Amino acid sequence: MTGAVSSYIDERTSISGFVKLMGRKVFPDHWSFMLGEVALWCFVIILVTGTFLTFFFQASMAEVVYEGSYTPLKGLEMSAAMASTLDISFDVRGGLLVRQIHHWAALLFIASIMLHMARVFFTGAFRKPRELNWVIGFVMWILAMGEGFTGYSLPDDLLSGNGLRIIDGLIKGIPVVGTWISYLLFGGEFPGTQIIGRLYTLHILLLPALLVALVGLHMVFLIVHKHTQFPGPGRTNDNVVGYPILPVYGAKMGGTFFIVFGVIVAIAALFAINPIWNYGPYDPSPVSAGTQPDWYIGFADGALRLVPPGWEFVLFDTWTVSMNILAPIIAITIWIVAVMFYPFIEQWITGDRREHHLADRPRNVPTRTAIGVAGIVYYGAMFVAASSDLIATHFKMSMENVIHILQFTLIAGPFIAYFITKRICLALQKKDRELVLHGYESGRIVRLPGGEFIEVHQPLDEYERWRLVDFNDYKPLMVRPNSRGQINPLERVRAGLSRWFFEDRIAPVTAGELARAHDGHDSGSTHANELATAGQGVGGPPHTNP
Amino acid sequence: MANPGSGSDIVPVDSSHGPQASAGTAVIAADAFENPGLPPHQQRVTDLDPKVDRRNERGVSLIFYLSIVFSIAAIAAYFAVPIVEDDPASVRLNNLFLGLAIAGALLSIGVGTVHWSKALMANHESVEARHPTRGSEATRARAVEVFDLADKESGFGRRALLRNSLIGALVAVPLPAIFLFRDLAPKSNDPAGMLAHTMWKEGTRLARDPYGTPIKASEVTLGSVFHVIPEDLEEAEHKLEEKAKAAVLLMRLKPEDLNVSAGRETWNYDGIVAYSKICTHVGCPVALYEQQTHHLLCPCHQSQFDIKNEAAVIFGPAKRPLPQLPITVDSEGYLVAQSDFHEPVGPSYWERRGDYDV
Ligand code: HEM
Ligand code: FES
Repeated sequence: MTGAVSSYIDERTSISGFVKLMGRKVFPDHWSFMLGEVALWCFVIILVTGTFLTFFFQASMAEVVYEGSYTPLKGLEMSAAMASTLDISFDVRGGLLVRQIHHWAALLFIASIMLHMARVFFTGAFRKPRELNWVIGFVMWILAMGEGFTGYSLPDDLLSGNGLRIIDGLIKGIPVVGTWISYLLFGGEFPGTQIIGRLYTLHILLLPALLVALVGLHMVFLIVHKHTQFPGPGRTNDNVVGYPILPVYGAKMGGTFFIVFGVIVAIAALFAINPIWNYGPYDPSPVSAGTQPDWYIGFADGALRLVPPGWEFVLFDTWTVSMNILAPIIAITIWIVAVMFYPFIEQWITGDRREHHLADRPRNVPTRTAIGVAGIVYYGAMFVAASSDLIATHFKMSMENVIHILQFTLIAGPFIAYFITKRICLALQKKDRELVLHGYESGRIVRLPGGEFIEVHQPLDEYERWRLVDFNDYKPLMVRPNSRGQINPLERVRAGLSRWFFEDRIAPVTAGELARAHDGHDSGSTHANELATAGQGVGGPPHTNP
Repeated sequence: MANPGSGSDIVPVDSSHGPQASAGTAVIAADAFENPGLPPHQQRVTDLDPKVDRRNERGVSLIFYLSIVFSIAAIAAYFAVPIVEDDPASVRLNNLFLGLAIAGALLSIGVGTVHWSKALMANHESVEARHPTRGSEATRARAVEVFDLADKESGFGRRALLRNSLIGALVAVPLPAIFLFRDLAPKSNDPAGMLAHTMWKEGTRLARDPYGTPIKASEVTLGSVFHVIPEDLEEAEHKLEEKAKAAVLLMRLKPEDLNVSAGRETWNYDGIVAYSKICTHVGCPVALYEQQTHHLLCPCHQSQFDIKNEAAVIFGPAKRPLPQLPITVDSEGYLVAQSDFHEPVGPSYWERRGDYDV
């Protein structure tokens, strides 16, 4: 029976070739590889629930009188969008559940994208040949935030309208074209009667189409490159060790989908999200204190709060330049550009153009890991600033103090975080060296013939050891004159960056070192504790870059 | 090597991934460890003990049956916990039972499947070889050849006139689209001009938001604060748009507490002052009034304005004071506007001039 069906299909689609190609493809296993998968499943859940919502939602700002089941708002004038969202919540059985699933899935979607991004960053999985896939993933993060913001605006309630008001103000702050962009976007003066319909087109058509296309491309590249794997016995840069898609990996992925879906539905059943009936329809006048945007917008909101007073000036008494709006936009743009192009920057510094399929353990690339944590602190300062008022009331501090502390964190925090992280990485690497050279502390104390007590160290087996020593070591780049005896200034910059990147490094233990450590018992340990600094002891033949 | 005294040789890594793949400054010790290869396979209890295997199989199928039960429970919940009109609690219960049942059905499938894959499916790790991402030299050569052929056969490179005129046409063809987008907004060609005016004018009564009832000066007691709209807002053609510019806050302070600048002496009425409620940062309603300090706080990004000093900014990202609406009373004692604001309200925009000062 199945034979007949598959034969029928194959004779019309050639699908057997696809199954042969894909069916036993091997995927390595690690909990952190699940983050991207969670993001993918959230997206699927969002598509399914969003489609259900479109059957009931009306993207219109026409004024209607609410006549639905929710008594406190009965008889109130509101837009059809708000009224239909209330109907989804109070007059469609399960409608509230689907709305809440859609919203919770959106929150989790962006969270999982960011965690996934962090995993890729800290393990160096963005290195060649995966740079483009990093950029695709990053663009998806931006599109997902766009989806989130447009979706959040659709119900046309008080909070979402207020969010749009802020967007309108931001756009108006753009020099030269801002006023016109706002005018065109809103179809006249804010709020107008157009914006919900336009955002709806973006939310359910344009952005999802782009996202689906990019998700597809992301997956195609994943298959072409095959997944990275962590170093381990039997794992090399030229193989993948893991489980085949059919059946084990496929079953786990399918199971993960149902678990993610189930967890989100349980959250939606238990916890309200965006109770628009408490906020009421949009009105430009009232607003309540302590209201927060969805979490992923927080960093942008916080960036606006961190601007010092008075950053706005008038050029020639004619044009207003709103640095209080431009400065946060610039601060965010710097972060976005730096993250998006990081793979290319690092590759330029290291000069390493090889394909990398073995994931780095974050400690083994201390400078990158430190840069990553610095970036997180920068983002985090803006993110936390979005709750500056809550922090002030909760910790009984003045608003001014909270803002000043966060301004300091934004500027100095990344440097401090960089420094601390780098030290922690180096310390962890040293610990690894110790382990390889001297083994675990077994907890067993023996008494030597001479009367002294020592703790017996249990050596690592070769498999455990390999996990700790299989990583790349780099020496800083030396500038060399070219054939005409000149030194390219760009090359000088690059050498400087390379020195910064690799100056503090700890090399993997070698077989020879281990042997010597055993011969001379503890003689190697003091050396092993020392940091290798720039150029120190790096002999070897001169290395030329092509 | 990194460790003084180790004395081992260190050599640059050679590039094994095609001619262009420089290893940069990567180095490798000559006496580095060798990859020990895959460790021996460990058998699971389910592999060793058929009884455990069968127990797991039964467990998983039980979980799948449980999922069916949950699905039926969800349908039952749909009927058993309906939404009752005017009873928000019924919505909550409907949401809860429907949600938990569906969650149970989904989670059961998920947990069962993952357990099946972990405990019962063959768990031999497989090894697959990787190949360089770039195509083989032959494939790459063929690709180059294909492009060359296409170029030769079309004359794309050779016929410069043809090619360049086509490029020109392709650049020109999207231009009309840009113009089509002009009609996203109405015909008026002066959005900045629209921003500079509100519907306040001489004699417009100040009315309570949202009821529209006018306010007598005598009703505004010391320390009170009124949220205000123009009395004729209801008749406006674009109500929300007008309200988004015209919303005002009204407060009464002791006249001696007010620092009034030259030219604004007549703008308050016996200590009653009216300021735009639209934040000069990005336009949120500045809705929070601290009575003791006479500070207005914008809840969006915490800009603070000092009403004693003509709403000057004392903290936060806003730069400009909230514009003041000049007010007085009419013959019946109702508060009225003397005129429109003397400068645009709300967020800054490029065309906003610097000379709106009175
Ligand atoms: C990654 C993509 C998406 C994200 C992050 C997202 C997010 C959101 C959010 C946060 C809301 C507000 C829900 C609320 O009222 O609390 C929303 C509303 C909505 N979304 Fe999406 N969405 C996405 C994709 C989609 C798709 C693909 C569709 C349709 C096929 C869709 C249809 C809707 C509809 C109709 C609403 C308005 C109904 C309502 O607010 O309850 N969404 N979306
Ligand atoms: S809108 Fe008022 S401080 Fe930003």
